[in-house]
Amino acid sequence: MRLVKTLALLSLCAAVGGCNFVVLNPSGDVAAQQRDLIVISTGLMLLIIVPVMVLTGLFAWRYRHANTAARYEPDWDHSTHLELVIWAAPLLIIICLGALTWMGTHLLDPYRTLGRIDAGRPVPAAVKPLEVRVVALDWKWLFIYPDHGIATVNELAAPVDRPIHFRITSSSVMNSFYIPALAGQIYAMAGMETKLHAVINKPGVYPGFSANYSGAGFSGMRFAFHGMTAQAFDAWVAKAKAGGGALGRSDYLELERPSENEPARRYASVDPTLYKAILNMCVEPGKMCMGEMMSIDARGGLGLAGTYNTLPLTYDKHTRRGAVFGPGPSYVVGICTIDELDVEMPQPLAAPRRLTPITGRGLERPMFTPARPSATPPLAGTRSQS
Amino acid sequence: MFDDPNLTKAIFGRLTWESLPLHEPIVVATFAAVALGGAVLLGAITYFRLWGYLWREWFTTVDHKKIGIMYMVLGIVMLLRGFADAIMMRLQQAIAFNGSEGYLNAHHYDQIFTAHGVIMIFFVAMPLVTGLMNYVVPLQIGARDVSFPFLNNFSFWMTVGGAVLVMVSLFVGEFARTGWLAYPPLSNIGYSPDVGVDYYIWALQVAGVGTTLSGINLICTIVKLRAPGMTMMKMPVFTWTSLCTNVLIVASFPVLTAVLALLSLDRYVGTNFFTNDFGGNPMMYVNLIWIWGHPEVYILILPLFGVFSEVTATFSGKRLFGYTSMVYATVVITILSYLVWLHHFFTMGSGASVNSFFGITTMIISIPTGAKMFNWLFTMYRGRIRFELPMMWTVAFMLTFVVGGMTGVLLAVPPADFVLHNSLFLVAHFHNVIIGGVLFGLFAGIAYWFPKAFGFKLDPFWGKLSFWFWVVGFWFAFMPLYVLGLMGVTRRLRVFDDPSLQIWFVIAGFGAVLILLGIAAFLVQIAVSVRRREALRDTTGDPWDGRTLEWATASPPPDYNFAFTPVVHDNDAWWDMKRRGYRRPVSGFGAIRMPSNTGAGIILAALSTALGFGLIWYMWWLAALSFAALLAVAIGHTFNYHREFDIPAGDVEHAETARTRRLAAEA
Repeated sequence: MRLVKTLALLSLCAAVGGCNFVVLNPSGDVAAQQRDLIVISTGLMLLIIVPVMVLTGLFAWRYRHANTAARYEPDWDHSTHLELVIWAAPLLIIICLGALTWMGTHLLDPYRTLGRIDAGRPVPAAVKPLEVRVVALDWKWLFIYPDHGIATVNELAAPVDRPIHFRITSSSVMNSFYIPALAGQIYAMAGMETKLHAVINKPGVYPGFSANYSGAGFSGMRFAFHGMTAQAFDAWVAKAKAGGGALGRSDYLELERPSENEPARRYASVDPTLYKAILNMCVEPGKMCMGEMMSIDARGGLGLAGTYNTLPLTYDKHTRRGAVFGPGPSYVVGICTIDELDVEMPQPLAAPRRLTPITGRGLERPMFTPARPSATPPLAGTRSQS
Repeated sequence: MFDDPNLTKAIFGRLTWESLPLHEPIVVATFAAVALGGAVLLGAITYFRLWGYLWREWFTTVDHKKIGIMYMVLGIVMLLRGFADAIMMRLQQAIAFNGSEGYLNAHHYDQIFTAHGVIMIFFVAMPLVTGLMNYVVPLQIGARDVSFPFLNNFSFWMTVGGAVLVMVSLFVGEFARTGWLAYPPLSNIGYSPDVGVDYYIWALQVAGVGTTLSGINLICTIVKLRAPGMTMMKMPVFTWTSLCTNVLIVASFPVLTAVLALLSLDRYVGTNFFTNDFGGNPMMYVNLIWIWGHPEVYILILPLFGVFSEVTATFSGKRLFGYTSMVYATVVITILSYLVWLHHFFTMGSGASVNSFFGITTMIISIPTGAKMFNWLFTMYRGRIRFELPMMWTVAFMLTFVVGGMTGVLLAVPPADFVLHNSLFLVAHFHNVIIGGVLFGLFAGIAYWFPKAFGFKLDPFWGKLSFWFWVVGFWFAFMPLYVLGLMGVTRRLRVFDDPSLQIWFVIAGFGAVLILLGIAAFLVQIAVSVRRREALRDTTGDPWDGRTLEWATASPPPDYNFAFTPVVHDNDAWWDMKRRGYRRPVSGFGAIRMPSNTGAGIILAALSTALGFGLIWYMWWLAALSFAALLAVAIGHTFNYHREFDIPAGDVEHAETARTRRLAAEA
């Protein structure tokens, strides 16, 4: 009956048309290998599931109460042979599946660089992967192409058959970066970086989206992923470069404000340090970068003085807004000068254009003020001491 | 707050007129309906002068049987709320295509799917499972009550307190819009500054106290109060699975309490456990909540594995096949359930070795689960299977659950999870195991033990109707979600672009309507059974030709359960007694010491709920006052020395003689 139902559903699918089982029919090699794993594991498990279902039906029918012809042994409750079989059969399947899992997980580790373009072709030695930086914003996606110096919002393009190396972070809450046709998903988390290696094998336009609920605008957090020929990709990059527009830090602070259903957008140039600053949560001027903070902490921290090294918050994105009994909203002041922190950050910092506080989900400010508004000035001494 | 001289704010905290969702017509209509229904109910109770009866016989009772029944009533009432959320989601997802926004805005829709998850797990499945264990376990082990009868009453009312807070959030303020596990940073004060997450935290904390205490109580009961002769390996399987479940509860709920306490510190005093910066780490929350969350799914399913074991053996008229391996399988599942939590977030970017470890441990759990499935199968083998309602649910479970188990193992393969994680395939999978396992088991258990609790069977016609609506409805509602998951559709979406998906959501919505009919038929079944109770009456106390001790006593059992504590020689104790020609003692009754009722439990729980409400709305005076009162009542209760009373020998004799006459009339 179940089989019939499945068949009925499938024929319904065919009748409806346009059914796209993208997970079972992807266009990227990584997703294809993941699909293979799904198919093989399902097959392995059906080896035991089908007999169980058949036996259930069979026993339920054969030993029904009305069938007095069937053998009835009310005290038969043990059989060592049978027990061995019923523990060993699932065990064997799981041993196979476990081996498959161990290998598959290591082979398809998203952090692992690709060895092949598809089943028949290894990655040529000369080919360097396309570098893409991904930032999940409320509620849109920012893609930075560091090698091309361009950035896009809600639009991603890549040449076919060239490995892509994504480095992924988030500006606020957790999202999951997922293009089903290309490869499996991975979380995007603020202040942290995840990686994904993938390759697209067929030109086309594929949907990408966030696969982890992230608030009010989550449904609209979709983008188009274009698989293109190498020439088309170069043309796409050239078009983005010709289109004008620059993404600097203050532009980014404007961009990260919550918005929904954003149309695709391109920037001809992008601040080369922007991604690093986003990842270190220090796009705002004066804020201490995570890298710096961790480096200080790794050396034992600043001691008591470190707790005073904060400033009241004027622009509050990546910073707390203050709990009812907590200290006032504040941020940790960067101690190093920008030059000391990172030689790659030559540009002067521009303040955000709008200083109105934004709340992560586009909400009103909370209905309270913190109990002890912090008026602690930054300790000048602390800053010079280090 | 404190620098604000505004008196209103001091009294009402952040509660204002704007907090009432008067702008949401759906909520206002719901409120009107609930208020009307509530008024009618309260009016009827007052009119029929039932308050005193309810207070004396139910609210203050420490009888495990009555508490068990109250848990079941709570679970069924909350099922209606949780299902209302489900059908609203289905409707929204079935119509929000082709540019349509559907009928729910994000603010409302996001609350609905959060509330659906929270209610179904914490306030439907948990009370129903706890209620079943509460009712059945002491009877199965030949005990007169649980180890700590007052604690049992208190636990129940704390669960109610949590449920009340969730229900209040519908009409006063709002519920969390974070998903049922409230992952930070989204659930932190920065991104959810309103009361929703506070409702979530305090509802779960209040209910969590009840669950943990109830777990301790049942462990003690099973370990200490078994009838003479009932060694561990002679315990009925349901008692075994209950023991394991309560071990899981006691070991895992404190983790939930701790992680929610840390989240509330973040939200109330500005600590940074789970914030993005200041050294906080949201990944820690995700790990901690799943260290609770994964054992939680086994907390739900294990007792139902017990129910299926009892039902299969009883209705096959045959000893359970492989009792020992069944017990070991249960224990192995209990232990392994702590070693798999990371499979809920393979996509967080742990290394391949970590992911494989947790993937493989997850698969290993399927070995004992598979062994159990075979044990039920071979219990049916060479049996005489009577397809009464409980057995029908069991067979439906066996056919449904294996599919859910298969997709579960599939999701445990990390690379497969990368493409299916958070998709509707995942949603279909866990509904497949929770509905196909937990819910089918609960219906089997309810149909099986209802005659024990009330003395008459449930009406089979409406029961079968409900069964078919549920089973067919389940397949219609969730098979499309598997399909959609393979089409790469993720969960919790409110609107859709791709019109070719719509047909699947419409089919799923149709399935939900069938399930609605199943629920309706279940309620009608209860009403019809109550009306036809004389025709459905069972005077023997053993309507199914049962095998375990609960069938040895009257239906409904007297307050003291057993006039004489039975002596056990076999793991099918009652079957064994019947076969050896057991004769019920008809004389020599003595007085029986029983625990006295007390109102302390309901009062403490009401104060805890008020404390939670005060903390949610920043009404500090209310929080302080209820906390002080909580301490006062708790300490005051320790001075209550009238904790036990004797049922006089005459009363016992009267009750037992009446039963003797009924049995004689039957024979």
